[in-house]
Amino acid sequence: MKTLALTGDHAATESMRQINPDVVAAYPITPQTEIVMAFSQMAANGLVDTELIPVESEHSAMSACVGSQAAGARTMTATSSQGLALMWEVLYIAAGLRLPIVMHCVNRALSAPINIHGDHSDGMGARDSGWIQIYCENAQEVYEMGIMAIRVAEHSKILLPTMVCQDGFITSHAIEGVNILDDADVKKYVGEYKPEQPLLDIKNPSTLGAIELQDYYFEHRYQMAEAMREAKRQLPAIFAEFNKFSGKNFNLIDKYKMDDAEVAILALSSTCGTARMIVDELRDKGIKAGLVKVTVYRPFPVEEVVAACKNLKALAVLDRADSCAAQGGPVFTDVCSAIYTNLDRKFPVSNYIYGLGGRDMDEAQLRNIFNETLENAKSGKVKKLVNYSGVRI
Amino acid sequence: MANIKELSQIPERLTGGHRLCGGCGATIAVRQILMGTKSPVVVGSATGCLEVSTTIYPYTAWKVPFMHNAFENSASNMSGVETAYKALKKKGKIKDDIKFLAFGGDGGTYDIGLQALSGMLERGHNILYVCYNNEAYMNTSVQRSGATPFGADTTTSPAGKVKDGKDRIRKDLTSIVAAHHVPYAAQATISNWKDLVTKAEKAFATEGPTFINVLAPCFRGWRYPAEKTVEMAKLAVDTGYWPLIEVENGVWKFTSKPSTRKPIIEFLKPQKRFAHLFQDKNKHLLEKIQQQVDEHWAYLERLTSVTCEGEKPSAPKSAPNTAS
Repeated sequence: MKTLALTGDHAATESMRQINPDVVAAYPITPQTEIVMAFSQMAANGLVDTELIPVESEHSAMSACVGSQAAGARTMTATSSQGLALMWEVLYIAAGLRLPIVMHCVNRALSAPINIHGDHSDGMGARDSGWIQIYCENAQEVYEMGIMAIRVAEHSKILLPTMVCQDGFITSHAIEGVNILDDADVKKYVGEYKPEQPLLDIKNPSTLGAIELQDYYFEHRYQMAEAMREAKRQLPAIFAEFNKFSGKNFNLIDKYKMDDAEVAILALSSTCGTARMIVDELRDKGIKAGLVKVTVYRPFPVEEVVAACKNLKALAVLDRADSCAAQGGPVFTDVCSAIYTNLDRKFPVSNYIYGLGGRDMDEAQLRNIFNETLENAKSGKVKKLVNYSGVRI
Repeated sequence: MANIKELSQIPERLTGGHRLCGGCGATIAVRQILMGTKSPVVVGSATGCLEVSTTIYPYTAWKVPFMHNAFENSASNMSGVETAYKALKKKGKIKDDIKFLAFGGDGGTYDIGLQALSGMLERGHNILYVCYNNEAYMNTSVQRSGATPFGADTTTSPAGKVKDGKDRIRKDLTSIVAAHHVPYAAQATISNWKDLVTKAEKAFATEGPTFINVLAPCFRGWRYPAEKTVEMAKLAVDTGYWPLIEVENGVWKFTSKPSTRKPIIEFLKPQKRFAHLFQDKNKHLLEKIQQQVDEHWAYLERLTSVTCEGEKPSAPKSAPNTAS
């Protein structure tokens, strides 16, 4: 174990160096660029023996990843924002063909207006694509989840592509001390990729990507959904094994001072760091505040979220993406559907859309959200269901 | 190259029982291309007639590994497959020598897949890309593509009261590919099977990215009787509509040339997609098409008459330059 000063992007690259995938096909885009640049340099210096495919677009990046993984090679990539949007079509194909590609997604706002900073609009749009999605709070998590993702994706009962997300610039370009596991240990942990039916098995030729009509398509899509549900069942054991290996305490969700909490914020990624500080501040004032961080967003950890929130008097759900046409952001609708269909007792849950285009989520905003949530707890009613935090209206 | 009897004994890698039309030019093109190598081959295809008609789940007509990803990414998908092969071979996980073959129709190659093809060529993957070119989006009912010729009546460039079919000439994709300075690019068609199989052999044997543009007539879209597919291809060659050329290491060459080119109307007349051009009022359009063919032919004559050193490419290779 050693500690390195790394940005989120370089933490991702360091995990990729240790994994040493057979193939990486990627296209540069801000703020993911550092990953592609640093990994290309590693390949140029012989630190990895990965074959690189310097593709001409993200569409081709994901297309080449699908071809490579199907052929039988462990394959990784990375992207952001417009790049993920351009991959959209092929994201669904990667999942539908059950190819365990691992991708770092450095979350960034979508155009228009064009903006290069962090929000979750890109990742949230891919939430129904059949990819497992892990949202990381900091560079340390990016590094560790990047390694664990290989075992998640390639698990024989899962076989789904996996996206490891981090906040653009806030995480990707901020330098932190990151504890690095030993190369040999990581190599042993990820093991060899042994696909069941690789395309390159010329003695047992298979046809992949066949057309399926009304008689078979539905069954295969059902099997994919079932694999996602199976992932939910397998993930606790995968986390437990990883924790044993890394000495950490990761889980599908992270609860902070939730045991006796009466009001809480539920959020993803880097905002959780600031929120934890405000929880401490409120606790000092005798207010029973708490935080739920959702690390694994797909499959959505319904049972864990319900168990964490079941004794609350009020909850605020934070979304760093807007779904425009629904009642609140994507995380909010997921949380409401989980809580209201699994608990007899109803308590006020409100939604805050924040931080679009990289706008800061500062302490004042979080204090305000907690204050409004405390009011909801007192009145037992939601004062305003969908709120926008930090925008000039 | 093997003679026709030997070729007929090569085991089929695309078997019968698929759902492509009787009289489909693409099927003939694919089978002739596959005769170009005895090595194991992995085949990829863009979305299109070839893919949907040969893979209807749970059946497959392919006796070799076959993969379809999407419409515009046959070249990038196979770039991934070929790179995986390189990576696994380097690690000793694969021992066999495998050839890689990517198919796309003209829609998937000239239009939506052009960028992916360009990337594949520029990166230098060891893949033979074959465009089975039937000059429109046939799988979805004959919409115009960048390969559709001037004047053709398609469902999205229809001939009507004020318009006379497609008003733009087709793209010269073979030249576009050649501009990537790949080691081998060619045009071929199914009527000239010996020429096509020889080109496939050459392409498979070449290290690096190679390309063959195969004119594959489609009786549904071109609207001629189904049994005339090979005849249509032959007329395309004889009229100079589809010149049989190859570009080997930058040297352009006619691999076969009609002694005299037949008038273009002999190619156009049997096809209902050009029927409106034979109305009296459209005589000038027929003349225009003949002029387009002549101009393109002259362009190829210029390209084939010189090499980069200014030498005649047809000069025998053994003849040393002793002039002085």
